[in-house]
Amino acid sequence: MRVTVRLFARLREIAGTAELTRTVEAGATVGSLWKDLAREHAALAQYERSISSAVNADYARMDRPLADGDEVAFLPPVSGG
Amino acid sequence: MSSTLPDLSNEEIKRYSRHLIMPEVGVDGQRRLKGGSVLCIGAGGLGSPAAMYLAAAGVGRIGIVDFDVVDYSNLQRQIIHGTPDVGRSKLVSAKDRLLALNPHIQVDTYEEALSSENAFRLFEPYDVILDGTDNFPTRYLVNDACVLLGKPNTYGSIFRFEGQASVFGMKKGPCYRCLYPEPPPPGLVPSCAEGGVLGVLPGVIGVIQATEAIKLLTGVGEPLVGRFLLYDALKMRFRELKVPKDPDCPVCGTHPTVTTLIDYEQFCGVRPAAEASVVSVASNGFEITSVELKQRIDKGQPPRIVDVREPNEFQINRIPGAELIPLGELPRRYAELDATEELVVMCKMGGRSAKAADFLRSVGFTRVLNLKGGVLDWVDKVDPSQPKY
Ligand SMILES: [Zn+2]
Repeated sequence: MRVTVRLFARLREIAGTAELTRTVEAGATVGSLWKDLAREHAALAQYERSISSAVNADYARMDRPLADGDEVAFLPPVSGG
Repeated sequence: MSSTLPDLSNEEIKRYSRHLIMPEVGVDGQRRLKGGSVLCIGAGGLGSPAAMYLAAAGVGRIGIVDFDVVDYSNLQRQIIHGTPDVGRSKLVSAKDRLLALNPHIQVDTYEEALSSENAFRLFEPYDVILDGTDNFPTRYLVNDACVLLGKPNTYGSIFRFEGQASVFGMKKGPCYRCLYPEPPPPGLVPSCAEGGVLGVLPGVIGVIQATEAIKLLTGVGEPLVGRFLLYDALKMRFRELKVPKDPDCPVCGTHPTVTTLIDYEQFCGVRPAAEASVVSVASNGFEITSVELKQRIDKGQPPRIVDVREPNEFQINRIPGAELIPLGELPRRYAELDATEELVVMCKMGGRSAKAADFLRSVGFTRVLNLKGGVLDWVDKVDPSQPKY
């Protein structure tokens, strides 16, 4: 299955892009997709417990299963004011 | 309700005429604004534009919590303050500006750091809380205090070219903890001072926060509840995520475990970590001051200096002879350095370089010193001819 990934704030700087597509196996979850990305970009790993995620613009937890064509967003918290 | 609302004077009717002729606001809506109150946490990037529009719109009572002084580096975005205000208290400067904009309102200022001790007292008299702070402990504190008091929190937050906004703390909607249950470890997310921010960005987000506050006070429209708004200035694009209330949320869920305000510095890991690192650094001689570094250079025994800032910061000011290896590149570039050679690591203020020093020690470097206070201290004490940022 192919999914689109949207990264925000510091995550997009680490990955060098705000949007990418990935092929994932059946049974993949938001969390397994994140782990894939963190393997590609090691600096992402430290954000794992701090990010929130969404699938197709709905807030989603890491155990949420993915479907073909899903758009997955990963958002780190930001605190600037 | 309407009978207890304050009346509008003829002067106010003239001033608010563009509101009054819209049926959605009208005289009653304007009276609700006049009878309403908003507490702005911070008179910085977000608080500046928010407070100005709230004042202009006729919100009857505006409170501001801040304890900072206006600095030149604020003026690029904190438009409530002007150049002649540099060095003045932000509260005094903001109050002057708001009352000049609208003398019909009341502005109350609180020169204190928001804390678990004073939050309930400060929030209690206000209808809406506007979160424009710049750090995680205060954001969690504002969130929890709003949930516990049942007050709406018009939330906004910014990072470089991106912003977020939402309304938290409403009975039916989520809170900040529903979205981010766990704070990031200290130092993981750069502040505006470390990461920079496009000056106009807090204008956009702060005005969205003010819009939501005005909608809540007047009861007009659909509040930004259960929706997390994301703004990207570079792409000029708004996105929205739907965020439900989390039944397991520790503060607004069905079985809350946080029922009173806690120690937010500890919750965010700020205090113990910070104190521990300061103590160990000071007692173990892991630091060097800019004056000591200058003496070493003058004596002809300069240590190797590694600047871990970003290239654009390096362009602004630098210590002569320093080599640039940005913190993010250090894990793959530390082999360029000699693990037995004496190294001084430095950044803007000493925070990132402390992380660099920790990292280098973890991979076997034995003689790493962190430049205390960073290049800013160097400019202050050694080379005032260089600019600061
Ligand atoms: Zn919650």
